[in-house]
Amino acid sequence: MKKVYELENLDCANCAAKMERKILKIDGVQSASVNFMMQKLSIEANESGFDEIMEKVVKVCKKVEPDCKILDN
Amino acid sequence: MSLIAKSLIIKMSKKQKKKIIQISLAILLFVAAFVSEKLLVKGLIIENGSIWFLFMYIVPYLIVGWKVIAEAGENILHGQIFDENFLMVIASIGALCIGEYPEAVAVMIFFQIGELFEDIAVGKSRKSIAALMDIKPEYANLIDGDKISKVKPEKVEIGDIVLVKPGEKVPLDGIIEQGSSSLNTVALTGESLPRDVSENDGIISGCINMRTPLRVRVTSKYEDSTVKKILELVENSAANKAPSENFITKFAKFYTPIVVACAVLLAVLPPLVNILTKSVAYTTVGAGAIWTEWIRRALTFLVISCPCALVISVPLSFFAGIGSASKQGVLIKGSNYLEALSKAKIIAFDKTGTLTKGNFTVTAIHPNKISEDELLETACLAELYSDHPISLALKGAYKKPIESKRVSNIVEIAGKGISGMIDGRKVYVGNGKYMETLGIDYHDCSQVGTIVHIAIEDEYAGHIVISDQIKADSRQAILDLRALGIKTVMLTGDRKNVGESIGKKLKLNEYYCELLPKDKVEKVEELIKQKGKKEKLVFVGDGINDAPVLTRADVGIAMGALGSDAAIETADIVLMNDKPSDIVKAIRLSKRTRKIVVENISFALGVKLIILILGALGIANMWFAVFADVGVSVIAILNAMRCLKVNK
Repeated sequence: MKKVYELENLDCANCAAKMERKILKIDGVQSASVNFMMQKLSIEANESGFDEIMEKVVKVCKKVEPDCKILDN
Repeated sequence: MSLIAKSLIIKMSKKQKKKIIQISLAILLFVAAFVSEKLLVKGLIIENGSIWFLFMYIVPYLIVGWKVIAEAGENILHGQIFDENFLMVIASIGALCIGEYPEAVAVMIFFQIGELFEDIAVGKSRKSIAALMDIKPEYANLIDGDKISKVKPEKVEIGDIVLVKPGEKVPLDGIIEQGSSSLNTVALTGESLPRDVSENDGIISGCINMRTPLRVRVTSKYEDSTVKKILELVENSAANKAPSENFITKFAKFYTPIVVACAVLLAVLPPLVNILTKSVAYTTVGAGAIWTEWIRRALTFLVISCPCALVISVPLSFFAGIGSASKQGVLIKGSNYLEALSKAKIIAFDKTGTLTKGNFTVTAIHPNKISEDELLETACLAELYSDHPISLALKGAYKKPIESKRVSNIVEIAGKGISGMIDGRKVYVGNGKYMETLGIDYHDCSQVGTIVHIAIEDEYAGHIVISDQIKADSRQAILDLRALGIKTVMLTGDRKNVGESIGKKLKLNEYYCELLPKDKVEKVEELIKQKGKKEKLVFVGDGINDAPVLTRADVGIAMGALGSDAAIETADIVLMNDKPSDIVKAIRLSKRTRKIVVENISFALGVKLIILILGALGIANMWFAVFADVGVSVIAILNAMRCLKVNK
């Protein structure tokens, strides 16, 4: 399942790269890309357990940049 | 632009305004403290280096620095230790510890100035790119009986009717039910030449309706519309990273730890060596001063340890390049393709539809004993039920309506032709091989093209020549590509004389004809062996039946034909205007982008290295290092913005 989220307060390009690396390490994530320019996060992951995966993603992002929020539209 | 984006930008400016006030206040207090310090020391009221000065400087320091300290602390709690906040805190607190009060404040002030500039630059880039990509329609005028209501394009269903008034963007792909007007396709193709459309014409989203209102029946939902696909394509292009981007990301990972390690070594080793060898080298002040001096230099190292300039400017350059390209009608699906394109050494072209228009037209009718009209009519009648491009060409030339009752017993023989009964007579229409099989004495034409022979009741009736027209800009495109040092090769399945004629006319380096699909792949493999390892091979085709070759090439370019879904899917780059000259545009853009990326990388790394050396030698001090680092960042980002330029 592929989903795109908007990111708020993504101010550091280095952090975007770190986030991407960490998200890719999460179990069940097939591909992920953090677009610093457009402040978007696109994730492709297993459909079953997608919500749990997203919870882990939110945690990882908070760790790297605490101010950054993932918007679920 | 979406409301979220707009609000974000207003938000950022508020944050930025706050920062500007903080920085200005801090600078004022800093200057006040600095001047006071000098006066007080000169006036012998307070001795130099006294702890009193700490209190004077700590105020401006905290004004600009408390947030940095707070963020560093928060990040450490989350396990993120080595970020630039932490390094700046260590550097500035270190400076305070060794009594370098003005330096500490200056470091924080310049760090914040740098962050602010970066913020502004990134904000501007985002704004520019968003404006470039501003093809998204905000609303659609949905017609429901007598009512017209403004709805979100996403809510419109297939079959709904929308009204597009003059000046409005076409919100969805559809077919015109009523009205005729001109469309401005500049947002999608970069071409300002307006397209005239009228009833039953298909139109695509993103164009601007210029003259009269149009009633359009929607044929695809917003998610599947051309505009959405293009937006997604550019957004997703960030996922396909260029080799230089990957290099920078990897480099950044190692850069900070290495510089920090070097800083530690720099702070510890030279003093230790000094003390162990008991030599008094270049300073006569004593051990304490030696430690201070080397710690100072080490702190300078820390200050340069952030690779931000590189990490931002490289992806920004590529993204800006892709945005600029899409504005000119060239859709690039990833920065890796953009970078590969800049290294293109060989370009292989498909012929039909790529270098030629792909619309076969009748160019000569040579009858044998009967009239031209009769010959054409007979051929058309025979090809009545076929939708082969040849039959379409014949019907196009004939123009008159075809009476199907005159035709019966049509049999199509693959690779040969068609036989049937027309007006009670046996007719055979096909290629030379067909005529040979039938034993009919035919003669070829001196003209180059696809020759359709016609025989009536075992007698040769004549032939019609159908040929494909070369696109207007093909010749110039080939010349321009050759001028760039690129080898141009044509691969076609068409016959030798046709291929040769076009090859010579366009002045191609090489051309290969009569190729079956698998032959094309083999030829591409051969060409790949010929080029250097770092050089790239590009294949240009019409997408659908060139799939195996497109995959084999380093970069696959397809003629997009303003909305051909299959082409947009398969290729790496899509030319919205179907013009070979756009390939030249794309290559020039890619070379320019790459040049700017290389400039940024070498400039940033070069300056950092120089300052590291100067810092180690004690020539550069901390705030100079921060200043230079900041300057490099800002220059790199501004330089990257040059990639946005659309050169006409």
